[in-house]
Amino acid sequence: MGSVCAFLESAKGKLKKSCAEVMGEGRRLAGELGGSLDAVILGKGATALAGDAAALGADRVLVGDADHLANFTIDGFIRPLAKAVAASSPRLVLMAASVAGKDLAPALAAATKGALLADVTAISAKGGTVRVTKPVYAGKALSTLAASSELVIATLRPNVFRPAAPEPGRKAPVEVVETGKSAAEIRTVVREVLAKASEKLDLTEADIIVSGGRGLKGPENWHLVEDLAEAVGGVVGASRAVVDAGWRPHSEQVGQTGKTVSPKLYIAIAISGAIQHLAGMRTSKCIVAINIDPEAPIFKVADYGIVGDAFEICPLLASELKRVIGV
Amino acid sequence: MDLVVCIKRVPDSAARIKVGADGKSIDPGGVDFVISPYDEMALERALQIKEEKGGTVTVVCLGPAEAGKEIRQALAMGADKALHLKDAGGGRGPLGVAKLLAEAVGGLPHDAVLFGRQAIDSDNGAVGVLVAGLLGLPCVTLCTKIDLDAGKGTVHRESEAGTEVIEVKLPAVFTAQRGLAEPRYPSIKGIMMAKKKPIDERDVPPPSGRLQVEKLEPPAERKGGRKVADAKELARLLREEAKVI
Repeated sequence: MGSVCAFLESAKGKLKKSCAEVMGEGRRLAGELGGSLDAVILGKGATALAGDAAALGADRVLVGDADHLANFTIDGFIRPLAKAVAASSPRLVLMAASVAGKDLAPALAAATKGALLADVTAISAKGGTVRVTKPVYAGKALSTLAASSELVIATLRPNVFRPAAPEPGRKAPVEVVETGKSAAEIRTVVREVLAKASEKLDLTEADIIVSGGRGLKGPENWHLVEDLAEAVGGVVGASRAVVDAGWRPHSEQVGQTGKTVSPKLYIAIAISGAIQHLAGMRTSKCIVAINIDPEAPIFKVADYGIVGDAFEICPLLASELKRVIGV
Repeated sequence: MDLVVCIKRVPDSAARIKVGADGKSIDPGGVDFVISPYDEMALERALQIKEEKGGTVTVVCLGPAEAGKEIRQALAMGADKALHLKDAGGGRGPLGVAKLLAEAVGGLPHDAVLFGRQAIDSDNGAVGVLVAGLLGLPCVTLCTKIDLDAGKGTVHRESEAGTEVIEVKLPAVFTAQRGLAEPRYPSIKGIMMAKKKPIDERDVPPPSGRLQVEKLEPPAERKGGRKVADAKELARLLREEAKVI
């Protein structure tokens, strides 16, 4: 009963980047609990990914593969997930705190009455008690929580945990999970997907984010942010002021009432650094600020700051970054 | 259309968070409390639907006695009545919170139950889905558009794939994402009327204690403040010193 069960998410026929992080942490926690590590993959075409889960360290792979799992829905996924978890009988279920993981983990908690620990940034299972660190108030404080329940479900914040290194050719037994009857049982029907997001990663999973603020004066100047993001392979974010002004969609908002991110590199352009914005990005590994106001609060958290006009600095920085990356 | 909206009292997003003397909770001194912003968006959309289709909006709030202020605010915005589950504190996990809310919501007429996507204090984003699971209702999270007709809801959900257009049979649970609705300010008339609207107050049992808050602490301070001369130097430092590109 000391095992760990990891739910692995897939998209476009591949395991998502966060899966290596979930498996890396799963392996470590299985060691602390003295048990094994199961992986669960659900979706249309999930069977083809079992080998990838084995390569990431799964001792056993549970697969639910059906047409009606082509789109993620809570109704579609919760039944096979609950079956897989029942078969695995773990102490701990892990998944990424992604859009789907944030839906599935509480649905699983409702189905199993397991304790839920959401969006954690550190976790241990020493002595059988599951103890986590979890940012609260959008990271303005850190909470340490301990769960004594028989079953604990935790979602792991992306980009925080050390990923498992895949061992190509590693094998693990594969078991089929019953997926439920049909699409007719799914009460939420995805009719279509509009405004397909770009091929780029979601902000919460991005390694590099370049965000712009109101100092850019208008949406017509956003190419400065986009060109810089392009130069470093980053994803574009925005401050609340910019989203409230309607320059950028709310899906790009970083901050307490937007997305909480912890990329490797966060570049804040013409963002002054309101408390609610800092809360959303302060756990980034390296923060760069470019702002014309030397007193802007963003500089207090920035590892590197340039005081100056973003309109001049951004194009220069884009070409300098391209040059050093090209070396 | 009978709508239920669950709201939570939380510190305002502009608040500085200080750890209290117990080392486990915040020091509420000097902190402004508000309805959690996403809950307020959910409430606004519920009020709009009521104005379009008729019906009732009932607000349910699990919170301390002080949350009476946020409940009055919701009534002043236009909710018809409220249920205040008075929590003496002690801290509950998302499942503990959801059990109490599910029981309360289950006892009210509900064609739809609306939540914010997450409360901006505990940041779990779990209670809406949990309540749906406990009540056996379908659930759509991260809604940027909610239209309700007889027996059916049509919503837009913001996912990694784009904007999903989802149909769901009612009753159902929805959670609000930014973009759903811009909360109104209560009118003077609304504030006056709210004083006469009914609030059903009930005490709730203490938490199970299966989930314990052991510690609350400020995040590690960042050693920021270093200034760099120009773009060329910055690019070099990011490459050679920080090694992030």
